[in-house]
Amino acid sequence: MQSGAPTETAAPTASPPGQHRQPSSLGRRVLGLFLYQRELTPILITVGLFVYFTIRAGSTFTAALSLNSAAGYAGPIGAIAVGEVLLLVVAEIDLSAGQVFLFAAWVNWWFYNLGLPVALSILLSLAVCCGVGAINGLITTRLNVPSFVTTLATNFILYGLVLIYSDYTEASPIPLSTYSSPTGHVSFAGQLMGAWRWSEILWVVAITIVAHVMLTRTRFGVRVVATGGNLVGAAEAGVPVRRVKVWCFVLCSFFAGLIGIVDSVKYGSLDPGNFGVDFILYAVGACVIGGTALTGGRGTVIGAFIGAILIGVLEDGLTLIGVSTNDFYVWVGVVIIFAMALNVQFDRLIARSRAA
Amino acid sequence: MSAGPAEAMPPPASAELALEVRGVTKRFGALVVLRGIDLVLRQGEVLGLVGDNGAGKSTLVKILCGFHQQDAGEVRVGGERVRFHSVEDARAHGIETVYQDLALIPQLPVYLNLFLGHELTRMGPLRMLDKREMRNLSRRYLDDIRVRVPSVEAEAEQLSGGQRQAVAVARAVRAEPKILLLDEPLAAMGARESRLIIDLVKDLAASGRVSIIVIDHNYAHLFELCDRINVMQGGRITTDQRVRETSLEELTELMVSSYRSQLDEVS
Repeated sequence: MQSGAPTETAAPTASPPGQHRQPSSLGRRVLGLFLYQRELTPILITVGLFVYFTIRAGSTFTAALSLNSAAGYAGPIGAIAVGEVLLLVVAEIDLSAGQVFLFAAWVNWWFYNLGLPVALSILLSLAVCCGVGAINGLITTRLNVPSFVTTLATNFILYGLVLIYSDYTEASPIPLSTYSSPTGHVSFAGQLMGAWRWSEILWVVAITIVAHVMLTRTRFGVRVVATGGNLVGAAEAGVPVRRVKVWCFVLCSFFAGLIGIVDSVKYGSLDPGNFGVDFILYAVGACVIGGTALTGGRGTVIGAFIGAILIGVLEDGLTLIGVSTNDFYVWVGVVIIFAMALNVQFDRLIARSRAA
Repeated sequence: MSAGPAEAMPPPASAELALEVRGVTKRFGALVVLRGIDLVLRQGEVLGLVGDNGAGKSTLVKILCGFHQQDAGEVRVGGERVRFHSVEDARAHGIETVYQDLALIPQLPVYLNLFLGHELTRMGPLRMLDKREMRNLSRRYLDDIRVRVPSVEAEAEQLSGGQRQAVAVARAVRAEPKILLLDEPLAAMGARESRLIIDLVKDLAASGRVSIIVIDHNYAHLFELCDRINVMQGGRITTDQRVRETSLEELTELMVSSYRSQLDEVS
């Protein structure tokens, strides 16, 4: 650490292109690209899997129906993962977002059955989701309950509420869905809110873009990184760290709830027995695969989205080539460990290049 | 009892003082940490504060930056009697503190660290970051105060300890404080890095806009950096020495002897 100027040239990849820097070998540049563009690894793995499944399963895999099924897996996971990245960056976690995903759809169903217009019922449901996020955030920041515990509890509470108020009977047909129309004709609003087969994934893409811009280009994003990277330092600099955290919880719940409603319109029915914990575990997995550490201050929304697609492609592809779903779980586990180990190694390489 | 406080110089008129501390005491339960501190900081001066662990240096600094409140005694900033109830309170009176290199956000680039809490935005309520403007202003500002970093876009984590410390000081100075408190700014730094900070602090003091208190363990550093050095022992200031009128050897000898007299007293 004693050398001043030479230290910087040891990490030439850190400076963006266009800056004058010492020429480095191609190998170092490629390594640097992977070090600082964490999304590259999951992209390459996803593309690799895609190619593999296309070769193994042929046109059945690339057929629109199958891709749609992959998107069906990836959509909910992606939306929840994108919100989760915000929380991981702010050095918190939300284990309830998967349950919010299901809860939102049920709340929408209950409001609708009270006789409210669909649009109003959806808006109110989203407001309820934001409320759940706000409660998560306030309990965590004001009562100093670790968010792992707060949201674990919220997860159970929401699950219980769904079981109690659904009377354990399936809800169907969900308003706006294909099944709610006797003629089979669905309005534009219905298509938009999930009835059209690609609308869900487009919503997820939209959420991803919004969250990415928020995290990388807005004042809020800087404050999220600052809060997660150095809580005391951020607070001393005048960042309202508690408020920033609460907003992250609200956004995460909002994104999960929005896609929850879209997903229910897509499938037309709701099953109270679906446990949202599955979704949240996949979503955290997607964040990790995408290159987000669980240490705070760093994370990539795009990476989480790609992580979700990777899981979707894996599930769909393995099903198509005739591998049992049990194997799928093993593979997801392997990929998560692999991704995390790679991230840790990348961090070590960055640290070493700096210390050199 | 050891030598009386602040005997080296007659106290000047209040108007030329950036900071004046009179008879400040502080106890934590049964433990008396400050036993009546008298200290003055002149305009544009760099004052070194040295003493063993437990001498009360950090407690004194925490009172000056608003983190603790004194039990008795008074603090004047620019002649005005003040009592701080919070760090924000002290900041509003023009006192900024830099704690080692803990202030920066490792994952944010230098320019965002400089603007943290006062980010420049555009497009109104969307609050999109005006990155270009912040980068330009940061470059110009760091050039002005002669702080060198590889790039304002480098993440704080990628900087050396000295560069991080310099950026932390630069950020504190950007708020144009009247008084800057530096808590061990040279801790764990090599010669070259120390040089960087010493030059920066001297430059800042030479500008005459800010008066600085530096806490450090290292006599040699303080000797190089400061106009005056106060030695703290057992909750008192036992020596007040102008650096220009002494040598490092003399200063060290002075401190060792007053330390010895304190030991004699204890035994």
